[in-house]
Amino acid sequence: MKFDTGQSIEKIATRFGYSEALIRLLDQNKDILVLDADLAKSTTTSLVQDRYPDHFVDVGIAEQNLVGIAAGISLNGTTPFISTYAAFLAGRAFDQIRTTVCYSNLNVKFAGMHTGITVGEDGPTHQMLEDIALMRVLPNMTILNPCDYNEAVKATLAADNLKGPVYIRFVRESTEVFTKKNDRFVVGEANELLKGKDLTFISSGPILYKALQAAEELINEGYSIRVLNFHTIKPLDNDAIIKAAMETKGILVIDEHQIYGGLGTAVSEVIAMNNLDVLYKLIAVEDRFLTSGKPEELLNMTGFTKENIKRIAKEMITQKKSGT
Amino acid sequence: MKILANNIRKDIVNMIFEAGSGHLGGSLSLVEFLTALYFEKLKHDPDNPDWQERDRVILSKGHAAPVLYSVLARAGYFPVKHLLSLRKLNSDLEGHPNIKTPGIEVGTGSLGQGLSIGCGLALSFKKKMMSNITYVIMGDGELQEGQNWEAAMFAGNNNLNNLVAFVDWNDLQIDGKVSEVNGIEPLEAKWKAFNWNTRVIDGHNIDEIIKTLNSGADSVKPLVIIGKTIKGKGISFMEDKAEWHGKPLNKELYIKAMEQLEIEI
Repeated sequence: MKFDTGQSIEKIATRFGYSEALIRLLDQNKDILVLDADLAKSTTTSLVQDRYPDHFVDVGIAEQNLVGIAAGISLNGTTPFISTYAAFLAGRAFDQIRTTVCYSNLNVKFAGMHTGITVGEDGPTHQMLEDIALMRVLPNMTILNPCDYNEAVKATLAADNLKGPVYIRFVRESTEVFTKKNDRFVVGEANELLKGKDLTFISSGPILYKALQAAEELINEGYSIRVLNFHTIKPLDNDAIIKAAMETKGILVIDEHQIYGGLGTAVSEVIAMNNLDVLYKLIAVEDRFLTSGKPEELLNMTGFTKENIKRIAKEMITQKKSGT
Repeated sequence: MKILANNIRKDIVNMIFEAGSGHLGGSLSLVEFLTALYFEKLKHDPDNPDWQERDRVILSKGHAAPVLYSVLARAGYFPVKHLLSLRKLNSDLEGHPNIKTPGIEVGTGSLGQGLSIGCGLALSFKKKMMSNITYVIMGDGELQEGQNWEAAMFAGNNNLNNLVAFVDWNDLQIDGKVSEVNGIEPLEAKWKAFNWNTRVIDGHNIDEIIKTLNSGADSVKPLVIIGKTIKGKGISFMEDKAEWHGKPLNKELYIKAMEQLEIEI
């Protein structure tokens, strides 16, 4: 597979994929209700409201109530899709998600918006870097982390098809649309974007694009890099991790999340539980709150750059060779 | 109906004695309201718990599960003798309500969440032009949870007149009197301020409860029934004692409690 990682590539924020998918579901007369907590413009659900006002409810700034109302709506057979900033959804309403929704395995879909570092200037209060950790420990929960606009549409449509709670992670910034509309998207199945045998990159969400760019440059330098798109964080594609560990002997996870509890941790659990003999490293936020700043500045500060990914990858490949 | 209520009290005492743990006080204070609701007002079918046209009951104060289980058993959702499996490994009658039990709509137990669920149901019934009524049973101490007031505001603003809340106002919570721990008064004025219809009644008077339930649907507003109750009602040594929130019974007190309930009839 070859990806266009050039300058001309189209950029759209993944959050627009959410409302696009919801409009498509309503166009098909699906029994869904879209709810927001005073952030409809930011989350893009105002686009749904404009088109289908009867299928939209704004509960105001009350995230705990938002989750409870959604639970009630699901109990009468309608599928609620609820959105607000991830910090206030996965964070503030955690107990409501755990005890009211997940315990009863209710059919509620959560859209965690403005996740990750790239919220930038709003600062640490809004830079949600703990949501995967919080959602991952909940029984019955499915977690999807689409890497671009096309995948965001697919993830939202897939959430509608699943029974039970689903958490989908979105970002504010416009990011490269590098997957194709007809690319395969199966919940729980990682996509192999590049084949390789020296090292495996595992990533998800828009940060995956940087991993892909780094991999393509490494390939041009003569290395063989496998790139796996883990759009589903739960249930995790354990087989893809085991296969990568056995075939490439090295896994580098690039995860726009805190180091504890995210995709990086999930991968390391699979390595440990299966006694896999593999070199493992993780690029993530090092257990700290960041600061306000431009998205690119913050990504540079935390090591989410093509150059840093390449540097660590080369170190790992060297270490692997010297170790054998 | 009084005999039924007394039998339900005996069930509660039997269940919690057999289990060795459980919430007596807050179960006993709800006996009359749930008895009146299930046996006089509620549209439901124990033979078909998923019946589309059924009214919905959400026990927001989930720790009062024993009274609800007893009422469900006496209504025919499952055999009364099954009640003795309360809190036992792999029984559906867990310490707090869950969806494995026939007649339970949703799991509850983390306080302050039921009214939001009720709002969602009531809103959905309106959107789908269904005439079902949603009842949410709340504790008074529970009203210290802020989420209730998010939900109260939403229900008032959205004219959810198909939503009825009941507040079990026994003025006790685990750490003492509600009015002393973190008071909720003026209680009726609070609900009025959130655009609700209010009724304050004797929560142990079955006739008054039925009359109030039947007078509900005459307005665009949601209705809250504030029932003045006694925690531990019906068993003299438990009445109005905070310590009986979650304390189990020893054999001697169990016999004493059952004797008192026998005399009642």
